[in-house]
Amino acid sequence: MKQSFAQAFMYSPNSGSASIKEEYTITVYTENHIGLLTRISILFSRRKINIESLNTSPSEIPGIHRFNIVIHETEEVVKKLVRQIEKQVEVLKAYYNTNDEIIWQEMALYKVPTSEIAAKAKVERLLRQYGARAVVIRNDYTVFETTGHREETDQLIEVLAPFGLIEFVRSARVAIIKASAGFHEKLREFEQAEPGEEVIENEYLDKQQEVFSM
Amino acid sequence: MEVATAPAKANTTQPIMNITGSEVVIRSLLAEGASTVFGYPGGAIMPIYDALYDFNDQLQHILVRHEQGAIHAAQGFARTSGKTGVVFATSGPGATNLVTGLADAMIDSTPVVCITGQVFAHLLGTDAFQETDVINITAPVTKWNYQVTDASEISEVIAKAFYIAASGRPGPVLVDITKNAQVQKIDFAGHTPCKHIRSYRPKPQVRNEFVEAAAKLINEAERPYILFGQGVILGNAESEFKAFVEKSGIPAAWTLLGLSALPTDHPLNVGMLGMHGNYGPNVLTNECDVLIAIGMRFDDRVTGRLDKYAKQAKIIHLDIDPAEIDKNVKATVPVWGDCKETLPLLTNLVAQKQHTAWVQRFRDMMDEEKQAVINHECDPKSGEMTMGEVINLLNRLTNGDAVIVTDVGQHQMVACRYATFNQSRSNVTSGGLGTMGFALPAAIGAKYGAPNRPVVAVIGDGGFQMTLQELGTIMQFGADVKIIILNNNFLGMVRQWQELFLEKRYSFVDITSPDFVQVAKGYYIDGQRITDRSHLEAGLQTMLNHKGSYLLEVMVAKENNVFPMVPQGCGVAEIRLK
Repeated sequence: MKQSFAQAFMYSPNSGSASIKEEYTITVYTENHIGLLTRISILFSRRKINIESLNTSPSEIPGIHRFNIVIHETEEVVKKLVRQIEKQVEVLKAYYNTNDEIIWQEMALYKVPTSEIAAKAKVERLLRQYGARAVVIRNDYTVFETTGHREETDQLIEVLAPFGLIEFVRSARVAIIKASAGFHEKLREFEQAEPGEEVIENEYLDKQQEVFSM
Repeated sequence: MEVATAPAKANTTQPIMNITGSEVVIRSLLAEGASTVFGYPGGAIMPIYDALYDFNDQLQHILVRHEQGAIHAAQGFARTSGKTGVVFATSGPGATNLVTGLADAMIDSTPVVCITGQVFAHLLGTDAFQETDVINITAPVTKWNYQVTDASEISEVIAKAFYIAASGRPGPVLVDITKNAQVQKIDFAGHTPCKHIRSYRPKPQVRNEFVEAAAKLINEAERPYILFGQGVILGNAESEFKAFVEKSGIPAAWTLLGLSALPTDHPLNVGMLGMHGNYGPNVLTNECDVLIAIGMRFDDRVTGRLDKYAKQAKIIHLDIDPAEIDKNVKATVPVWGDCKETLPLLTNLVAQKQHTAWVQRFRDMMDEEKQAVINHECDPKSGEMTMGEVINLLNRLTNGDAVIVTDVGQHQMVACRYATFNQSRSNVTSGGLGTMGFALPAAIGAKYGAPNRPVVAVIGDGGFQMTLQELGTIMQFGADVKIIILNNNFLGMVRQWQELFLEKRYSFVDITSPDFVQVAKGYYIDGQRITDRSHLEAGLQTMLNHKGSYLLEVMVAKENNVFPMVPQGCGVAEIRLK
């Protein structure tokens, strides 16, 4: 009964041991409202859980936002957290998944001196091997880009380090749930039936001189 | 324009041209059925107070002495009336003074709407005078909050605020309104109450298969046991609950906030749960075979050590908040939903039964507890006065019809253990947060929420000194609140722990008090101090008969302990009688 309840309520076919910490990707569908990022992030900081990666962006449905949050925790903790996230008034739905239930990518940019690249033909071969491509080529530097899992983007840092890597940056994880078709349909119908409202921003920040204040 | 006490209807107000955002605030509050506001003015909320000036006959405003008093009063109002409490406060310190009350209302699920003034929108983030980031400061302690920067948003946001505060599992909501939005003129189309927010599910869908599974477990149980919490009161499900208890014949024990949902003298009301709860209800938690938790959240003060809590029992958990299921105690059968809906479904399916021998075990253990603790605490006959005897006498003189508001500490545990109640919404206390200073302002609000009932605040000498400035509110507005200070010249609960667990190292619990009766007299409130048992009954009677507020200070035993007690880190069955 306990297990069937958990499975009915949460999107998680994983029923492994609850006390082992592993990587979980939390997917949250939300309204696009100011302050919601805080409301979600403080649920983690309140419990002193480190967020490994956080991405927020529009979802495939206009008007609905999507968070991807990666944490390293036990399923028990993640399950309770996801319920607290779902409890937020402006959250539509939250899921948690282990890595084998999702397809995910991170993107990384690498800035390297062009002179080094040009001098050493080996680099070109390496880049091809790691699926990287050049996005900017200037006299002074070149920027490469690659996407992949953490280990893959990490490996390319090591490979490029001897060639004078100047700067490196990696994006948050973006993830797609393998078995998400059902919810996608529901979400689309939901947005069609009741379109989201536009976010209202502060229109007065640049009008200090024009407004009387006391 | 409708009268202030009329309930909100859809589209109750007519379009009005060219009015200020502040007037929209007031008109929206009236349309939501608000009748009383507790508040304190200041620079950033002045336009709203200016609009209030013209509506004073419809919207009663109680000027408190500190914003914390305003929100506790609004909580007291909500708890006795079942309506949403409303608070006004200004920006900066006015708003930050609300934080304790917001946290209290959040953890105790109290519906409150706070309207705070904010600096002009163009000044946000400039460290303007009395600017503070109220939305982010209050995010963790509000069910929802929102900053309004344009008057056109006001009515809809207030509608949402009331809907969110009162629906589902209730809670506090804060609406921060910048001053430009308050003074901005708009055409107001009328206020429409909110009935739905697309991303918000106040109640989970009731699933019959789980109700059936729960009924099956109950019908097969030999020693079933009900734990009930405030959910029964918040769901207005007292009669549905009583019907369930009576048909199933199952003994029922209450959490601190569930108190008064079932009359004290009901034959199946077996007493209080938790650290200072009754002996039987704690011990027998670990002997029942099916535990039915209704509208309660298995707080650590109720469960003690979780790995020694009801391990033998199958657990049925009824709750409106899905996040509470499995949070602390794993449910064998979860019954999501509003207990007003789920209880009748369950009552239908359970067999009519009597568990005579099982109920008798609670009674036998109550007798043991009486011998060991209660008889002496409530009727000591000689020696120093006890807190219990004050409550016991109060029960006799009020016949259990009073609203009792308590603060936090020993007096709270004693009052909740021994006070008798005939009707629901009679017990107002700070449960989850344990906010000292809660009782005096909450009692003021409780009186406005239940104007025809006697309201008695029972407060310790420590807690009273945290918010005693609210005597000024009583003085000015004449709230008929009876105040009993149980003075043991100590911060008694901390002292008790220091005595029991820290070898009597009384570190800063010896608190000196002013002459409370003279303080009250300074506020033109009558009172007296009782130092001798022979004057206690007459003193209580004088207080209850007095027209208007009255303060009775009772000097009780300095080093008395509240028992029974489940020591921290112990299981409920390890409860100590002494």
